[in-house]
Amino acid sequence: MPDLKRTAAIVGIHEHVTRYAPDKSELQIQGESVIKALEDAGLAKQDVDGLLTASSSSRNSGLALADYLNMYPSYVDNTTVGGGSFEFHLSHCLNAIAAGRMNCAVITYSSLARSGGVSVGTGGVGRFGHPRLEPSPDSFEELYGLTTVGLYAMIAQRHMHLYGTTSEQLAEIAVAVRHHASMNPEALFRNPITVEDVVNSRMISAPLHLPDCCVITDGGGAVVVASAEVVRNCRHTPVWVLGAGEAVAHQGAGKRDLQYIAARQSHGPAFEMAGVTHDDIDMAMIYDSFTITVLETLEDLGFCEKGEGGDFVSGGRLKVGGELPINTDGGGLSSNHPGMRGIFLLMEATRQLRHEFEGTPRQVPNCNIALCHGTGGALGTRHSGGTAILGRD
Amino acid sequence: MTTWNKPLPTVSGETRPFWDACRRGQLLIQKCDRCGEFQFYPRGICANCWSEDIRWVTASGKGTVWTYTVTYQNRTPGFAEDVPYVLALVELEEGVRMFTNIVECPPRDVSIGMPVEVTFVQANNQISVPYFKPAG
Repeated sequence: MPDLKRTAAIVGIHEHVTRYAPDKSELQIQGESVIKALEDAGLAKQDVDGLLTASSSSRNSGLALADYLNMYPSYVDNTTVGGGSFEFHLSHCLNAIAAGRMNCAVITYSSLARSGGVSVGTGGVGRFGHPRLEPSPDSFEELYGLTTVGLYAMIAQRHMHLYGTTSEQLAEIAVAVRHHASMNPEALFRNPITVEDVVNSRMISAPLHLPDCCVITDGGGAVVVASAEVVRNCRHTPVWVLGAGEAVAHQGAGKRDLQYIAARQSHGPAFEMAGVTHDDIDMAMIYDSFTITVLETLEDLGFCEKGEGGDFVSGGRLKVGGELPINTDGGGLSSNHPGMRGIFLLMEATRQLRHEFEGTPRQVPNCNIALCHGTGGALGTRHSGGTAILGRD
Repeated sequence: MTTWNKPLPTVSGETRPFWDACRRGQLLIQKCDRCGEFQFYPRGICANCWSEDIRWVTASGKGTVWTYTVTYQNRTPGFAEDVPYVLALVELEEGVRMFTNIVECPPRDVSIGMPVEVTFVQANNQISVPYFKPAG
């Protein structure tokens, strides 16, 4: 494997902090974010030659965005594999920069899921706007009242059956992430919660309770990725892409054991490329559409054995100060989730690696290497997994 | 026949034999004549060896609950009025898993590993939908 460790770096970020923006358009949120992220990097419009975006709305493509921004990028990537698309984008940026095809890219995203009243997790058929069921696979799935939360709940149910995992253990994840949200003034929910609060709340799709599910917000943002040469002109310490891996998982013609998720395939190449081990990871941004997503991801990334996730997430291990702090911005469970959250994982990992919160309880001490893992789609049917390992000099 | 307000499948060339059989009370799956593997959902090629030598075979209609969830919230018309209902993956005796609902059984009585068998509900003159109920 060629050594790409200091080939591409995240040099600019901007999170559009709005959680409710009925008066803005999705393209406007992206435009505002791109401008601010380039300011953060210390770069300008003419420095950008790559544009990468993903959206659940086809109107909001790389083509439409280039038009809105009046840009003529020579590298365009519309890879859309669910919420983890942006970890794929970062991986593609690394490839394109290493190949000399691109010098500086903007990855961007926005959605108005909340002001649009989208039932992201609990709409069934029609949740993606389909007027009728497509022959295969939809006609063999959506017929039965699938919901996004239900497709994760089924995996949680089987995890409990096989390994004795409990609702209390899943709740530990929601509690740790909410603790982090309490330190993020932009987070949607900031009041601390307890394990008892979670397990006593309303059941959405058994065994997942309301606080086991991510919030629904508007929002968006942008991330600037640059070559080693461009990095020298940037304002912040670079956050290098040390390694990346991409994978998908699906039903495998009715035979794959979906208790094992795509993270199982994507993490190996990322660790190998980065030349680091699990012990080297100072913090992790784990896509938290639901608490079970985090538990399954930690197992299949190899932080613990399959089935041991329930113990692993307990006892404060996931909080800042613990062995593996995760989702220090409050995650999708408490801060924001406009539908495809993967881009925010890259932003918070970048803030932590820049030591942006130094002197406050949100900062992970001595944070030098971070891992981001995006999951998109649904665990129970088909999903993507993108792993990125990031580091500072 | 009650009024059907759930979505209906689209019958295509690729899936017509499946839905024709459902109308006769039979559950079909596909088997590859080259590699011998079963597959589900139905498709026009063998997903294992990529041959086109696939044929329809009648499944026993028996299986076990591989996993399930009791759905308490679904805002989609047709399902919104059905909550709580059981969404499940059933593993057929032939070794392939399919999505379904577990019917004729209170949600609290459903468990992983529970033996189930297929039952059909007529949606209209063309479509009967396969569900699963506790094995008799």
